Amino acid sequence: MPEIFICKKSELQDGERKIVAVGEDEVGVFLHQGRYYAYSNFCLHQGGPACEGLIIAKTQELLNEDRTSQGLSFSKDQTNFVCPWHGYEYDIKTGECDSDRRLKLRSYQVVEKSSDIYVVS
Amino acid sequence: MHLVSDNDRVVSVDELNTSRLLRHASKQAEMRKFDEMMIVDVDAHHYEAENFKDIIPFMENDVYRQLSLAQIAKSGRGVVNTTNFGFQDIGGRVTRYPLRASERTPPEKMRDIEIGERWMDAMSVDYSCLFPTGMLNIGMHPSKEMEVELCWAYNRWVTEKALPESQGRMYSMLCLPFSNPAACLKHVETFGHRKGVGGFMITTVRDDMPVYDDAYMKVYRAIEERGLALSFHSGFNWGKSGVFQSCNRFIAAHALGFSFYNILHLTNWVVNGMGERFPKLPVIWIEAGLAWVPFLMQRLDHEFMIRSSETPLLKKKPSDYMRDMYYSTQPMEIQDMDALETTFRMINAETQLLYSSDYPHWDFDLPSTISDLPFLSERAKHNILGGNAARLFNLPPRNEKQRENLIKYGNLAADAAE
Repeated sequence: MPEIFICKKSELQDGERKIVAVGEDEVGVFLHQGRYYAYSNFCLHQGGPACEGLIIAKTQELLNEDRTSQGLSFSKDQTNFVCPWHGYEYDIKTGECDSDRRLKLRSYQVVEKSSDIYVVS
Repeated sequence: MHLVSDNDRVVSVDELNTSRLLRHASKQAEMRKFDEMMIVDVDAHHYEAENFKDIIPFMENDVYRQLSLAQIAKSGRGVVNTTNFGFQDIGGRVTRYPLRASERTPPEKMRDIEIGERWMDAMSVDYSCLFPTGMLNIGMHPSKEMEVELCWAYNRWVTEKALPESQGRMYSMLCLPFSNPAACLKHVETFGHRKGVGGFMITTVRDDMPVYDDAYMKVYRAIEERGLALSFHSGFNWGKSGVFQSCNRFIAAHALGFSFYNILHLTNWVVNGMGERFPKLPVIWIEAGLAWVPFLMQRLDHEFMIRSSETPLLKKKPSDYMRDMYYSTQPMEIQDMDALETTFRMINAETQLLYSSDYPHWDFDLPSTISDLPFLSERAKHNILGGNAARLFNLPPRNEKQRENLIKYGNLAADAAE
């Protein structure tokens, strides 16, 4: 399986992403909380650049025991990246669409070799 | 550049370039050979408030012009129109909203036209019908005089300054000051013959809008006589209407509002026999999606069978009149393909449906939303994406292959070579 050079490790800081061409595909490579994730940059909705938009915590609404709402808050456990065309949100750790987990972006394996990172196409 | 995210997170993004943002749309267009098919977008937008310093001088009334010029000089962007609160950009997730000001355009060309051509080229859209954004709320303006003045000024500016810069690729259906029937007629008589005017538009976001009132018959007749179209453009109204004040989330006010206003006014249009009074007037219902249409057809037909005494002008069922009218596609509910296919069948989509993108708004649709539908024939795809609009607005093909396809499917209404 060919490995495609992404960049030097030093060129991708935690919380950032890089978009690279991998064959016919474009791939978004994220460094999130010390781990690399890579997904196809084509949104499953209308084909927008899924990996290029806002990175933001999932919005949640927690309920009290009596079923009253605690209001809206940001999740401390889940971060999403958002397609900038329409706002489809994807879980950065799985590539699953937050609104329908059956929809999942194609993921790529990321490998580290000395000071470089690669995706396996 | 940086976007506002959760807590202290900083998200770096490039400045906005519409062509780059839409490069995947260009790829889709290339793969599907969209350049061989005329594509007409009957509902696209620009942000007219950013041009108010150029628009307001066209106001006719000296006092309102001075009031408005003083107002925008004070605020920079202008707050002369009524505003409609909402979270269209979903907290910056739809990045073209917060980044819009960062897009660079050449100073020698009108910015809105330059940006418009960028997205049209990316999607392979040949012609687009340009509508304002904020002025879709003009029906809620507390000053009816200002409604008339703003519509007049905008319509002069768009026909004299904006559309001519598009070299014929953009046209419009001009916003009518519906609160004043006499002013509406003056607009039709003044602007109806101008280049780039395909018809007139009534924004349906209004609390009190009797489309059936006798005062409007001269207006509709004047539009019909000129062979132009009448469109109703929907919207939402969060916070200014009692109906939607119970919605605490924007999704609710938006999802319901666009359908609600078209349902309301189309119902009044149909039950008052407007289809019988103006049988040659093309009527288009814009930006409410499509799922509401089958619902309303069934609902009205059901009641009509019992209460025909209240609708004596109707010579056929309400749904038959609804099938005589046109609908724009966006925001098309592509969630249940069988339901969508049924909807297309019920509205005679092959001849009555008009592709629309609504770009640059957050829920825009690409032409591929139509071309990729598995249940459509090639004829239906060509008709919906542009052929129906080509006939309706007399738009010529932009290349020989488009001309061949327009002839093939019976849609050649105008020819650039003529």
